[in-house]
Amino acid sequence: MPRELADDAVVRVRDLRMTYGSHDVLTGVDFDVHAGEVVCLLGPNGAGKTTTIEILEGFRMRSGGDVRVLGEDPAQGGDAWRARVGVVLQSWRDHARWTPRRLLEQLGGYFAPYSTPEHPRPYELDWLLDTVGLTENADRKIGTLSGGQRRRLDVAMGIIGRPELLFLDEPTAGFDPQARRDFHDLVHRLSDLEGTSILLTTHDLAEAERLADRILILAAGRIVADGSAAELTRQVAGTSEVRWARGGERFVHATEDPTPFVRRLFEQYGEEITDLEVNRASLEDTYIAMVQRFESGDRTTPVLAEATR
Amino acid sequence: MNPTRHAISLGLRRGWTEFLLSLRSTQDQGFYLFMAVGTLVLLWTNRDNEVGDTGLMYPTFALPSILGALLAFGVVIGPAYALAMEREDGTLLRHKAMPHGMQGYVTGQLLYHSLSLLPLLLVILVPSFFLFDDVMSNGLAGWATVAWVAVLGLLATLPLGMILGSVVPSVQKVGTWGMLPVIVLTAISGIFFPIQSMWHWVQIAAQVFPTYWIGLGMRSAFLPDAAASIEIGDSWRTGMTVLVLGAWAVFGLLVTPRVLRRMAQRQSGSQVQEAKEAALQWVK
Repeated sequence: MPRELADDAVVRVRDLRMTYGSHDVLTGVDFDVHAGEVVCLLGPNGAGKTTTIEILEGFRMRSGGDVRVLGEDPAQGGDAWRARVGVVLQSWRDHARWTPRRLLEQLGGYFAPYSTPEHPRPYELDWLLDTVGLTENADRKIGTLSGGQRRRLDVAMGIIGRPELLFLDEPTAGFDPQARRDFHDLVHRLSDLEGTSILLTTHDLAEAERLADRILILAAGRIVADGSAAELTRQVAGTSEVRWARGGERFVHATEDPTPFVRRLFEQYGEEITDLEVNRASLEDTYIAMVQRFESGDRTTPVLAEATR
Repeated sequence: MNPTRHAISLGLRRGWTEFLLSLRSTQDQGFYLFMAVGTLVLLWTNRDNEVGDTGLMYPTFALPSILGALLAFGVVIGPAYALAMEREDGTLLRHKAMPHGMQGYVTGQLLYHSLSLLPLLLVILVPSFFLFDDVMSNGLAGWATVAWVAVLGLLATLPLGMILGSVVPSVQKVGTWGMLPVIVLTAISGIFFPIQSMWHWVQIAAQVFPTYWIGLGMRSAFLPDAAASIEIGDSWRTGMTVLVLGAWAVFGLLVTPRVLRRMAQRQSGSQVQEAKEAALQWVK
């Protein structure tokens, strides 16, 4: 596996285990995130996404396994390591009396001692406000911001130190479609222009598909799938659904390869076919199939990660 | 650039900003007003009462004691609430995610709560000069005593507030774990009436804690020397005041960083999330 040998892994997780009392949340998680990659962690509620990400952030002690983030063990990550990592969490209600400008200025200050000529920190304030779309609200009290604006501020605070690696835990929860679109653009910009490596969790599969170079599905305490959205879709629900109507009657047929099927359909019935629809399995179908399979306890199927490599 | 020194200077700026924001907040202005009106009404309604047979009028005796008690109360309950709240709203975690952020945060807290004493004491002290006679009997020397008692009292009690805020399980519990004991302690510490009117064992207990000594120190600053006759041992016991408050300050200095570090270690996003959900759930 060439990926294993590559030295550019910014996150390297091997056999990560987490136990709360007698409850095993993570039972051996393995994955890598490579430099510049955007990786999306999917999984049902309670699968351990947040636990995983908090262990990587250094906010939670693991029960076992080996974890390297930017070459260090996050459990022992010092302040210099902290300066290279950005964190956006799910739930903030803080600093209601401050304004975004004042708060970003204050928090950005912590990164100044870690600035180098090649990698200046923190980001310039006005640029950052503009980038996350907060310029107009920069001098309003944070307590008066809407949920979406507040989330933009969270993102700004997560990236202000110009991190090499950014953790985003459900970053677009509470966003309207426009804010979501803006946020996606921001992630692309960070990843393409700044080379920031990003690990995010989400429940929005369309978002995962749009943003991620690679998708990891966490279910039943381990990674059950690892690949691009296209790869995953091909692997699991490799079927498409063809729907049509003929003589007032509706038909549905599932097939691996819809093109020849539709060709035959037309050859056979020609003009009689109406209302033709071909639906490829979506990432959502894949995800649901995958999670159901693993949560029902069927572990006999080979883990997809191995199959795709 | 030394990151620790840099973080401390950021923390000082943070504390100053928090202080200014607090002065501008109607919520905090309301608190100051409430404290001022409450105290002044208490003193005014008792303005013609004499304390024992000392010749001292009640406001003269009680004002310094109350200032001392408010100091102790303010810097214990203030940080306790602030810390418990900011653990739950994510302020603390935000700082944990910054390099040297916790050092800045704690510095900010220390400065902010110290500064917050000024308006609290001033809103009571200033009107008192207009309303009552003989508020300050010792002139400049008296003010110097006020200053060192305040600083030493601050060092003795502020860490206790930080410890309390770190160990309470949730904001709602600050009332039970913090407010209640502090109020009881204030009641037995000779603030509103001389401590000798309490049972002997209560007097002993009260003298273990800083509140009594801060009150005593404040009385020694404001009252004429003759008034020492109503104190235990007919003396201001200045040396003992320094010793007890100093001991509490040392205790705080040794214990607080450890407690804060342990508390910060436990901070995580899911903890903040849980607190948010717990706050929404009234019936458990």
